[in-house]
Formats: sequence, C-alpha cells, structure tokens
Amino acid sequence: MATRFRVKRFNPERDQAPHWETYDVPVEPTDRVLDGLHYIKWYLDGTLALRRSCAHGICGSDAMLINGRNQLACKVLVRDAGEVISVEPIRGMRVIKDLVVDMEPFFEKYRSVRPYLITEHPAPERERLQSPADRERYDDTTKCILCACCTTACPIYWADGEYVGPAAIVAAHRFIFDSRDEGAAERLEILAERSGVFRCRTTFNCTDACPRGIDVTRAIQDVKRGILGTRL
Amino acid sequence: MITHTYDAVIVGAGGAGLRAAIELAGHKVAVITKLYPTRSHTGTAQGGIAAPLGNMEEDHWEWYMFDTVKGGDYLVDQDAAEIMCRESVEIVYELEHWGLPFDRTPDGKIAQRRFGGHTHHFGQGPVMRACHSADRTGHMILQTLYQQCIKHDVTFFNEFQVLDLLVEDGACAGVVAYHIDSGELHTFHAKAVLLAVGGFGRIYKVTSNAHALTGEGVAAAWRRGLPLMDMEFFQFHPTGIYRLGILLSEAARGEGAVFLNDRGERFMERYSPTLKDLAPRDICSRCIYQEIREGRGIGGKDYVYLDFRHLGHEVLEKKLPDITEFVRVYQGLDPAREPVPIQPTAHYAMGGVPTTVDAEVIADERNTPVPGLYAAGECACVSVHGANRLGTNSLMDILVFGRRAGRHMARFIAAGGRAPALVGHNPDSDVRERIERLLARTAGEPAAAVRADLQAMMMEKVGVFRTARGLEEAAAELRALRERYARVKIDDHGRRFNTDLLEALELGALLDLADATIASCLHRTESRGGHFREDYPTRDDANWLKHALIYRREDGRHEFRHKPVVITRFQPQERTY
Repeated sequence: MATRFRVKRFNPERDQAPHWETYDVPVEPTDRVLDGLHYIKWYLDGTLALRRSCAHGICGSDAMLINGRNQLACKVLVRDAGEVISVEPIRGMRVIKDLVVDMEPFFEKYRSVRPYLITEHPAPERERLQSPADRERYDDTTKCILCACCTTACPIYWADGEYVGPAAIVAAHRFIFDSRDEGAAERLEILAERSGVFRCRTTFNCTDACPRGIDVTRAIQDVKRGILGTRL
Repeated sequence: MITHTYDAVIVGAGGAGLRAAIELAGHKVAVITKLYPTRSHTGTAQGGIAAPLGNMEEDHWEWYMFDTVKGGDYLVDQDAAEIMCRESVEIVYELEHWGLPFDRTPDGKIAQRRFGGHTHHFGQGPVMRACHSADRTGHMILQTLYQQCIKHDVTFFNEFQVLDLLVEDGACAGVVAYHIDSGELHTFHAKAVLLAVGGFGRIYKVTSNAHALTGEGVAAAWRRGLPLMDMEFFQFHPTGIYRLGILLSEAARGEGAVFLNDRGERFMERYSPTLKDLAPRDICSRCIYQEIREGRGIGGKDYVYLDFRHLGHEVLEKKLPDITEFVRVYQGLDPAREPVPIQPTAHYAMGGVPTTVDAEVIADERNTPVPGLYAAGECACVSVHGANRLGTNSLMDILVFGRRAGRHMARFIAAGGRAPALVGHNPDSDVRERIERLLARTAGEPAAAVRADLQAMMMEKVGVFRTARGLEEAAAELRALRERYARVKIDDHGRRFNTDLLEALELGALLDLADATIASCLHRTESRGGHFREDYPTRDDANWLKHALIYRREDGRHEFRHKPVVITRFQPQERTY
C-alpha cells in the first residue's frame, strides 16, 4: 500500500523559500509516520533532513507539524494520519533545513527558569522524605520530554518570541510544587515578568499538543495562582 | 580547521557523560553530543535503579554484589562489582538530593520493586531493590543530571558528531568532531577525554536502541589500535514489542506480569523454578526461543505473550504508565485485557572499551592505561556486567563509573596532565578524507540498503543462538557488506545538516563493531551468559574463565589477547535460578 506524503522542504544552500514535495511511500497502516519519512530519506531522497532518535516517543527529537497538528512523528501511525500525510517543521522557530529547526532559543527559555532543585537546608544523610501525596502534586509536569510541541503550538509564542512559553513554565511548575524545593519565590519572580506566565491566554493549544498527556494549561494556571498568592 | 582547547572533553551526554561533567564542573570542560543532552538514550530506561536501601525489606550490598556476579555468569570483575554495589546507596541518595522524583513508600521513603535476578540471601528469592519513578526512571535520571549541569553552567557542544580520537605516542590528545549544522570539522585538544558514547545496538535489526546508537566512539578507539573486550556478549532483552523491538520494562514482571506460550502455560516455571519469570534476561530470552523452536510460539509463530491482565488497570496506570501506552499506541492493544506479543530485542552491549575501576582506558591485558583517555557506561567494559547484565545495573554503572571517571580526570588534570602536542599532520585529515570520499561519489547504492542487510544478517546469525557455521557465514557476509560499503553513494552533497552523510559515516562504525562482535563470538568456544554456542553448549571455566580482548591490526586482521577475571568473594558455581 502506498501512502502519499507531502513534505515541506527547505534547503538553505539552494532554496530562497520553502516548497512542498510529494512522495508515494510503501508503508503499512501500522507503521509510524517516522517510518514513512525514513523510507523517503533512505530510498527516495537522501537530502531530506529530520531529527529523530529513540523512535518511541521518549527522546523528544521528532516534533513536527503533521496534518496541521504538532505531534511526534514516531507516535503517529499511518492509519491514523489519513490518506495524504502532510509534514512541516514546527512553527515559531527558525528553519535550519527541511524539518529541522533551531532549538537553541527553546532550551535557553527552559534554562531561564532555573530548572533544578534549589535548597537552602543541607541534605540529610539518607533521602529527604516526601509523602506520596506531595510527590503526586508535581507528577504530571515531571513527564516533560522537552520536545517543544506545546511551545510551538502556542499563538502567543508565534506572535512574541520573548514569551517564555509553555514548556519552560512546565519545567518551573515541576520544581515550584515539589515539597523539597525552596526556590519557588525566585522562579515565580522570573515568571511574573513581562515575558512570563501572564502572556498566556489559555487557548489550550499546548495541552492538545502534548504527546505526554501533560495538562499544560492547568500547570500554567497553577503558576499564575502561585504568583498571585505571593503578591497577596 | 577550528580548534578548541579544554582541560577535559566528554563525548556523549547520557548518564555517564553528564555525571562526569558535574564532577568536572570546576574545570574547563566541554560535553560534546551528537544529539541534545535530553535526547540521550539513558532517558528511555524504564524500570528502576538498584540499591540495597532496605526501604521495603532487608537487603545488603553483599547480596547485590552476589546477584551481579552470578547474573554475569562469573565473568564479572569482582573488584569493580564490589565498588559499584557499595557505592550504589550513596549514588541513589545523591540523585534524590538533586531532586530526582522517586516514587515513595507510605512513610515517604524511596519506593523499591523487584527486578530480574535480584535476590535476598544469595539467591533464596526475589528482593525489592530497584528504586523507581513509575516506568520512566531513566527519563528522571537524565533530566536530573542535565538540570545539575545547567546549575553548574557546563559547556555543551550539541549536535557535534565525534568521528575520531587523537592518539599521540600512546596518549590521548583529543577528538575530532563534525558539526552537523555547518558541516565543519572541529578539533578538540584536551588533557583528558571521556568516551561516554553509549551502545551500538543498531548493528541488529530488532533492537530497543535508538537510531543514534551507532558506536562511532567505540569504533574510533578500535581503529586507533586499542582493544575492545568481551564483544561476544550482547544482551537480548526478552520483552521487546513484537517486530518493533521497543522495550517493555522488566518492571512489568517485577510487578507480576508473566510469559505465556501458545498453550497458555507459564513456561518459565519449568526452566527457572525459584525465580520463574524474574530469571535474568539471557535465560528468559533463550527460553522464549526454545518454546518457539518446539512449536509453542503463539500460533506457531516467532513470538510469545507477556500477560499483564491479572494486574488490572490501576497497577498499569500507576506503576507502568509508559509501557501501557506503548502497547496501546504501537500494538493497538489494552494490556489490561489482552496478552501482549513480545520477542527478544537486541538491548545492551556488555562488551566495549576496557577500563580500570577508575574508568581509565587500558591498552592491553596487563591493564596498562592510555594516559588521558577514559571510558564509562555502555561503551566501556570495566567489567561489572560480565557475560550478562542484570536489569537496573546499566543505570548504576553509568553513575558510579561516570562519577569515578570525573574524579580521576580531575586528579589527572591537577597532577599536571598535559595534552600531547598535535604535531606533524592535520589532526582531522583522516576524517576529512572519509567525508570527501563519500561526498565525491555520485553513483552507487544507498547506505541504507547495506545497513538493512547488515542488521538482518546479525539478527539471524549472531543472535541468541550461535554456531561456528552461522558465524563463519556471518564473517563472509560482513566482508561482502564492507565491499558494498566502499561503493555506497549519498544524495546530499551539501554542508548544512547533512544527515545523509552522517548516516553513511555511522554505517562505517556499525560494520566495524559487527566485525569485532562476529570474530569474538567465533573465538569463544563455550556458552556463558548472553553468548550461547549451540556447538559448545556448556560453560567451560577451565579454558574460558577470562576476558577476550580483540585488536584490529593495520592489515585488518584480528588479534586476541586474554585477561584474567578478578575473583574476590564469590567462586564460580553452577548458575541456576
């Protein structure tokens, strides 16, 4: 069975602007969209550039706009992607080549929220204790794989590259609501800035896009409430 | 040519590389990775990391060490295993102190679960030793380590592929890396270099390993005349998703899932009366193939079932959420209601670049270190895994020996370790020539076709069961594949993000590592751990209680040398479970 793939191509050494190419690819309904892209790259046109590694939705390399939605190419099966599968780079980032975008600004925003445990008290000899209920409070946001599906689905981020974006807020949430962490105040201060959490207009694009099923919008709301709470 | 100078260069940003980087954060250190750090394969580890914390039940490092030694079929170097098992407790607390979100017991301690081959009282029965964070423990470890690197402001060179190791007068002088974005070659001149490049499971067709795991760093060491050790020991994990090879954690069986054959029998009870489905991986994988060979695969085919049905939705959602989702997404099944088709999947290289317990790379069977060169993690062979690695031990290995590597490198630098001068030639000339040769060729077959044939051949002839005849055929086929490789062409002749070129270069490493694996399999005429020779079906301690080092000489011929196994506490015994 051949499935038609439409892929947005851009080669910085040759092209003035991106263009679409069409490929008929012999894939099975149970194959991943990534398998189809691999077939193109390996047997039809080796110049196609994409990122991928683990191929089962954990490493976060292959976020793409597939049929108009941000998804991981390794987590979408051909049978669920329709008769013609269109694949484009994620939006809001500079395209380096084909499906590969510049991820540096994304990781810079992640790093800006101090995404590491901050403590003032020295650690005990054994583990710090944490109740299962306290552990549960931040469980959802520990799942983030930094694929950028959420941030690059956000219309605020498209319009304003200064906005820290959903993924960085998810990273901050993971620590702010961890009972062991003592750095909430400084993170909330960063996220209260102009480029921070109040840019969010709760369009829920991020939550829809997350391949890990994280309730991103809720995490953002939690952080907003945290900031308002400290101001009171 | 762009040249950088560092005290220490770490190649690879998985657990071993990042752990070493944290240790070296006060020095001028750079981490070079072909991916982004958070994409490294450590992140896909699922079930847990072992440490005898005793949070659930009594446990001791001596029990853990015994399990590691016996699990490795007594090829484990016991000095290294003792270090790992003793340091394991401190390593887990360190991760917790850095914020790793372990699951918790009702009283707030780190929760632990059962895992294959981990026992109490030296093999009496399973013990809860694996510290976990659902079935995404590796993800949490990778994230936590990267977060610490951010805190310590570690310098990263992301999407740089290291393609050569610079060795001058027997000492390491640095590495040569290809910058994927620009196509430029960078030379990193350094006093100390750590190889933390991970595995090379992509030599096999059905594998749990990421596409990136192609072993350039290991191949580079071998090409530079350094030995590889115990390359015949490659672990097949028993529970890969049928055909895809995606890993379903051993934690599944730790939580109670069982194997079933076509008759619905729990067949592991016959092979392993004490540990049953929690027998080590090499044994489970052989038993699955034995069932298939005797016609008890499902519908007579080449797979069996992993049955989760009796666990119920709640255990699956709480304790095994990711693998539950993998089964749903890739097989369209609900593991709470249907048994899951699985087959053994190529998972882990026990062999690799031989090192001391301080991660110093050694040049020979007398443990002579190569000054300035280190290796840790899956690419290294220290050897704590011997002939078969226990589940969870890869995570402990990368942390214990990543940390020890970092500490020794710091001492080496402080003691006035100097990078040998790069004299007499362009350090990147070998790599440049390899690249130009590929870029210049305009006709030929795609590298992907050669790679697919290599992976299928390795799966068929160098898999769980091996014979001299099959291995000799494999060696002959490998020679033919090398000839084809010399004529492959690539489509992309540009400089920017040329992954067509990169994959062709990766294939060169895969061919070298398959070569070392096949020759090592032929060399060892016994069966031990993950290496099973049907023509030599028993363990032969009289002749083979030793490590095999394989060298590639200038003319391409192999040379073997042998290194004794370090035995301290546990004398070899018959290995039954």
